Amino acid sequence: MKRQWITVDGNEATASVAHRSNEVIAIYPITPSSNMGEWADEWSAKGQLNVWGTVPEVTEMQSEAGAIGAVHGALQAGALSTTFTASQGLLLMIPNLFKIAGELTSFCMHVAARTVATHALSIFGDHSDVMAIRQTGVALLSSGSVQEAHDFALIGQAATLRSRVPLVHFFDGFRTSHEVSKIEELTDDDIRTMLPDELIAAHRRRALTPERPVLRGSAQNPDAFFQAREACNQFYAACPTHVEQTMADFAALTGRRYQLFDYHGHPEAERVVIMMGSGAETALETVDWLMARGEKVGVLKVRLYRPFSLDHFMAALPSTVKAIAVLDRTKEPGALAEPLYLDVVGALHEAQAIGRLAFSTLPTVVGGRYGLSSKEFTPAMVKAVFDEIAKPTPKRRFTVGIIDDVTHMSLPFDTELDIEPDEVKRAVFFGLGADGTVGANKNSIKIIGEETENYAQGYFVYDSKKSGAITISHLRFGPKPIHSSYLIRRANFVACHQFVFLEKYDVLEYAAPGAVFLLNSPFGAEAVWDELPREVQDAIIEKQLRFFVIDGYEVAKDTGMGTRINTIMQTCFFAISGILPRDEAIAKIKEAIEKTYGKRGPDVVRKNFEAVDATLAHLHQVQVPSAATATRRMPPIVSDAAPDFVRRVTAVLLANKGDLLPVSAFPIDGTWPSATAQWEKRNIALEIPVWDEKICIQCNKCALVCPHAAIRAKVYPSDHLGSAPPTFKSIDYKGKEYERWKYTIQVAPEDCTGCTLCVQVCPAKDKANPRHKSLDMVPQSPLREPERINYQFFLDLPEVDRSTVKLDVKGTQFLQPLFEYSGACAGCGETPYIKLMTQLFGDRVLIANATGCSSIYGGNLPTTPYATGPSGRGPAWSNSLFEDNAEFGLGFRLAVDQHEALAKDLLKRLASRLGDSLVDAILSADQSTEQGIAEQRERVAQVERALKTIDVPEARQLAFVAEYLVKKSVWIVGGDGWAYDIGYGGLDQVLSMGRDVNILVLDTEVYSNTGGQQSKATPMGAAAKFAMAGKGVPKKDLGLMAMAHGNAYVAHVAFGAKDVQTVKAFIEAESFPGPSIIIAYSHCIAHGYDMAFGLDQQKLAVETGYWPLYRYDPRAAEGGESPLKLESAAPKLDLGKFMRNETRFRVVEQQNPDRYRKLLAMAQHNVGKRRALYEELARGATPTAKPAAPGQPPTDDSVPRS
Amino acid sequence: MDLSTTYLGLTLPHPLMSGASPLVDRLDLVRRLEDAGTAAITMHSLFEEQLLLEARARNLHFDQVGESFAEALSYFPNPDDYNLGPDEYLEQIRRIKAMVDVPVIGSLNGATGTGWVEYARLIQQAGADALELNIYYLATDPTESGAAIDDRVVGIARTVKQAVTIPVSVKLSPFFSSVANVAAQLDSAGLDGLVLFNRFYQPDIDVETLDVAPRLQLSDSSELLMRVRWLAILSGRVRASLACSGGIHTGVDAVKALMAGAHALQVVSALLHHGPAYLKKIHDEMQHWMEDHEYESVRQMQGSMNLLRCPDPAAFERANYTRILQTWRV
Repeated sequence: MKRQWITVDGNEATASVAHRSNEVIAIYPITPSSNMGEWADEWSAKGQLNVWGTVPEVTEMQSEAGAIGAVHGALQAGALSTTFTASQGLLLMIPNLFKIAGELTSFCMHVAARTVATHALSIFGDHSDVMAIRQTGVALLSSGSVQEAHDFALIGQAATLRSRVPLVHFFDGFRTSHEVSKIEELTDDDIRTMLPDELIAAHRRRALTPERPVLRGSAQNPDAFFQAREACNQFYAACPTHVEQTMADFAALTGRRYQLFDYHGHPEAERVVIMMGSGAETALETVDWLMARGEKVGVLKVRLYRPFSLDHFMAALPSTVKAIAVLDRTKEPGALAEPLYLDVVGALHEAQAIGRLAFSTLPTVVGGRYGLSSKEFTPAMVKAVFDEIAKPTPKRRFTVGIIDDVTHMSLPFDTELDIEPDEVKRAVFFGLGADGTVGANKNSIKIIGEETENYAQGYFVYDSKKSGAITISHLRFGPKPIHSSYLIRRANFVACHQFVFLEKYDVLEYAAPGAVFLLNSPFGAEAVWDELPREVQDAIIEKQLRFFVIDGYEVAKDTGMGTRINTIMQTCFFAISGILPRDEAIAKIKEAIEKTYGKRGPDVVRKNFEAVDATLAHLHQVQVPSAATATRRMPPIVSDAAPDFVRRVTAVLLANKGDLLPVSAFPIDGTWPSATAQWEKRNIALEIPVWDEKICIQCNKCALVCPHAAIRAKVYPSDHLGSAPPTFKSIDYKGKEYERWKYTIQVAPEDCTGCTLCVQVCPAKDKANPRHKSLDMVPQSPLREPERINYQFFLDLPEVDRSTVKLDVKGTQFLQPLFEYSGACAGCGETPYIKLMTQLFGDRVLIANATGCSSIYGGNLPTTPYATGPSGRGPAWSNSLFEDNAEFGLGFRLAVDQHEALAKDLLKRLASRLGDSLVDAILSADQSTEQGIAEQRERVAQVERALKTIDVPEARQLAFVAEYLVKKSVWIVGGDGWAYDIGYGGLDQVLSMGRDVNILVLDTEVYSNTGGQQSKATPMGAAAKFAMAGKGVPKKDLGLMAMAHGNAYVAHVAFGAKDVQTVKAFIEAESFPGPSIIIAYSHCIAHGYDMAFGLDQQKLAVETGYWPLYRYDPRAAEGGESPLKLESAAPKLDLGKFMRNETRFRVVEQQNPDRYRKLLAMAQHNVGKRRALYEELARGATPTAKPAAPGQPPTDDSVPRS
Repeated sequence: MDLSTTYLGLTLPHPLMSGASPLVDRLDLVRRLEDAGTAAITMHSLFEEQLLLEARARNLHFDQVGESFAEALSYFPNPDDYNLGPDEYLEQIRRIKAMVDVPVIGSLNGATGTGWVEYARLIQQAGADALELNIYYLATDPTESGAAIDDRVVGIARTVKQAVTIPVSVKLSPFFSSVANVAAQLDSAGLDGLVLFNRFYQPDIDVETLDVAPRLQLSDSSELLMRVRWLAILSGRVRASLACSGGIHTGVDAVKALMAGAHALQVVSALLHHGPAYLKKIHDEMQHWMEDHEYESVRQMQGSMNLLRCPDPAAFERANYTRILQTWRV
């Protein structure tokens, strides 16, 4: 079998070997490793075999702890088993890793190494997760490139079978996991050769089987445990040799030679850097560059980090070395230094002690941190490290890659240094997520990698926002293997696929002198120059760029491609760059189109072909004038009115220049100011709603459904209109409650995402022309400036007195949303719920947020959406983990209750000083209404003022906790992945405890944030990752399970179907003095339809019985009624009407109509069954308990509070 | 009693058959249709435009939301095999053909020139015994002349007819300037049958929400009369066989259509309303009526009341209108 060259990313490269060399794969999605599991699942779903001819069983579990538990079981039962994970996921596997290692189990798993959350979560790469499993006893094998990840996946599997020491193969998250690279693919024969039958047989012989029963996992006592634990030592001692031998066998097979410690550099190097992972590739490249300049330097790549082989380490180090810098991609606060450094120091001293030292004196060894959370690690930084250790007294500890102006640990580096050779061609593309730029670039890399002799590399930088997201693609290709594991800094080709980016980002910063600049521009070659900001003109002239334009959107529109400009821009790239002859390039692009879109139907392919063919006629070179002419400059990133922190820090992050911020700019403990999203004006909507006040019926539904709080309603006294901008609109308010006041619906033109939900929901039509509604979408650009002024005026109008607002659908929308302009998807179905919650309770709410979509759009930098009201109060928000959110939120409640109890106690003790009547009023206050809360706030303010005059310890204590005398609302927010799966145990526990917390489950019925993996909330018949053929079991009825607790308030809501019920549920849940859970139907892009129809689908979901609406209030039982109130009518439409509108269901029908029909029939049946059950529950009066037997009266007092 | 008839060159035991309807989506209903004695099964239409739109929408949903956000480069699994094209429709023809003994008539509504021909061939390859072209077209463009529309309809039909070997019929709309002329042109073009008439979804207006609400109203016997008139006008004047579609709910309805000249009677609304077994009821009613009235065969009755043979031909033409007006008593 001949080996092929393929162009894949690190995840696919790794999964390819893992899938072919295992039998049981259990996973749980976590970025950036999810794709490995997804590949494995896809291959198994398509019937692809492992090298022994069976289809590996791929199973998604409820958490990483579940995944490794299943793997552990499979291993014990004799299967070859693996898993993939990262970060917190790896941490959840630690207990089992100890077990698997303790049992000397042959097992190789794969980790896309990712930062462990500390002061903040980060999805990006470093070694903090891998370093956290050093103590478990697993071997740790590090690869640094896509080819190595592919190779080490096999070496790891073979080595663990030889050595019996379980092995974790890891590579850098994103940098390697997501880098697309040309590699030589291992064949099935290669895999079979490396995994001889006798090793597999040995593994199988150790399987638990009743045919040869043994017991494993005993409990041992002091007499036995210690010795038994030492009994494995010889295996660890032998492990490095096994790995070495495996690498040698691999080299004999493939020609690719690896060592446990790979030295690269001058044979008589005096300065050596020691490190692991992809950064070592950059170091290698830099070492070559420095050696060419006469420097005696080298890099030692650590491959097998555990078990750490002293002999191999010493043998690999040149005897000439005088100074060593050990670079760790992790931080271990409080340790003497980071782990790899300590290992190296320990090894050198050990070698000295046992006489193995090759050098006469110990070299100087210093340690540094680099690359945390995928921070760039460039040749300039490597050089800075070499320069540092050339000094007589280098810094003992340092960081490199940042500016540490606080503890001054960082090394300076030359930001201009560029060592990439001319033979490597470099291209950078700025695109919009939705325009297909990344997909096209992935195809380009494949074309270059597979159709030319070039090596090729692609790396893609994504936005932290889910709507209107920018992507930056970095493509390299050249005649030699590419070791540059860092972003391109000087490109020969810079393409900007969105004209507006020129006003936001320094796009041409990436352009090397003489480079090509390709711009997708609505302005032609003649007109474009005058439309460019001054900075762009200057850069084009100064760098002597060759400037091309194309109106990609025009070509796309003319060829029926909509807004997809990907293949058009790709064609331009090939045409200008000349990598392939034009005709050949176009033929290859078309082949790629056929491959990518072939199964989407001939029409899609044809349109792409037409777009490609139409492109070149629209591509024009611009004659660049000799001098800049523009007077217009790039606008400031944030307004001058922004707070100091936002201008100083946030604005730099927004400009994509965050790397330049020094340590002192940042909070020390991850505590950030809220309400920063308001300063990021994204202007991503091409069209925004415009309000026709004359036909508005003042229902406020537009404000309710807006996912981004970008359309708002206000009532205010008319005398505020004196200074209104000329185009500001207002009409008389129609209700009696604010008689003679004015009413305005106002759009935030720069924050709107253009999702159209407000227009969809608007019921007010022009009677003479019903096509025209009170809200219509119109182009944003002409309205941007006047509406910006209007919106600012609107914001400055006074907020309504909360205590006067009727809390219904309309009234709630007069309350200021304290969740605004988040980075959620356009048309998001989750955020309207969160926004409503903040409108109702935002000035007294603590939010515990499970990791997921809601924590990303809720807390991902640069800006965050939780805001503050006029009083300065607003939601206090925190994200702990994915799995612990219910418990985390419960902790809030426990603390708040303790504070309140303490405050009440102190209040009583100080009653004589504060006044009995005031104290009594506070202690007996009714805070069930906004009015009651306002009055209590006033009383507490009185107390706080009084306390300043009372100089006793109790008064000082009370000053700290008095604010807790005002009712606080604790909300526990998360998605279905958390509530149904990984966090269910905690959720169940919290529901059982009777404490006053409110749980909001944003149910998208799939893992949305990590890309559409099934959860237990995924409905029957829906396709999702890990359920490609359509889920065959019903969605878990979480509501019913919550009702089973008996003491919890439960609501099942869908705001698009019945907003009245949603609002009622939120108010009731909050008022319920125990645990409440609201399960909120949230339409989602992962359902596969245009989100503009999200509300229609919600209606259909309810009308078909798919999503019943109900409220279950245990308080009703006090009156003998059933607590369950069913609020949706019996299904009146077939379930199929709902399902056929969504890709997640349609794709099942299109794959296998018979299966779809069966699943639909079963799902339809389940709808009926569920309805019947709910009706029964809703009918049933609560049974009254029989009187307790005499002599044993259970009383409330006798039941301990749990 | 000889109830047999010839339609599109197919000899059928009787003229009653299920017309284009969603009944064919379920094999159990197809089985019940055959059990009810349907003479043939007409598939519902393969709508090319719907396939195109769905393919585009799917493409959009797969791609536009992907490759934007680092944690979710896609949101859907990536199966190799799924049918965005006509495969599901064609597969259903195959399944039905494998299951029943009666002829299966495919039905096609194309959107593009290539689509009409390509899908017609595929329907033939899937095993259909005949093909009905459902030229469902609402002429709303004021700049397009009636003649141009006629030419297009005839052109499409001719091209498809030349592309396949199975018999081809055209299901016509009643909204031509001259139905008779279009029918004659189609006849000359070699089409094997004409189906009178298509029923359009009638848009309704929701006066509360000021929305247009398209809705499907099932036919009743009153709709038969227009068919009867045009069957009578065309019967005997065209070589192509004629089918009546719309308004057949009773045995007497069937008799009327046959007398007017129908070779086949397509029933849809009555079956959707009463279930597939209702076809047998119409059949039996028709047979009893014929027995009661001592008819020997369907062929004897076919076209007996057409324009050429009926005692008062003017009644089918404009005179009918004027006579009714004249006899109207206020």
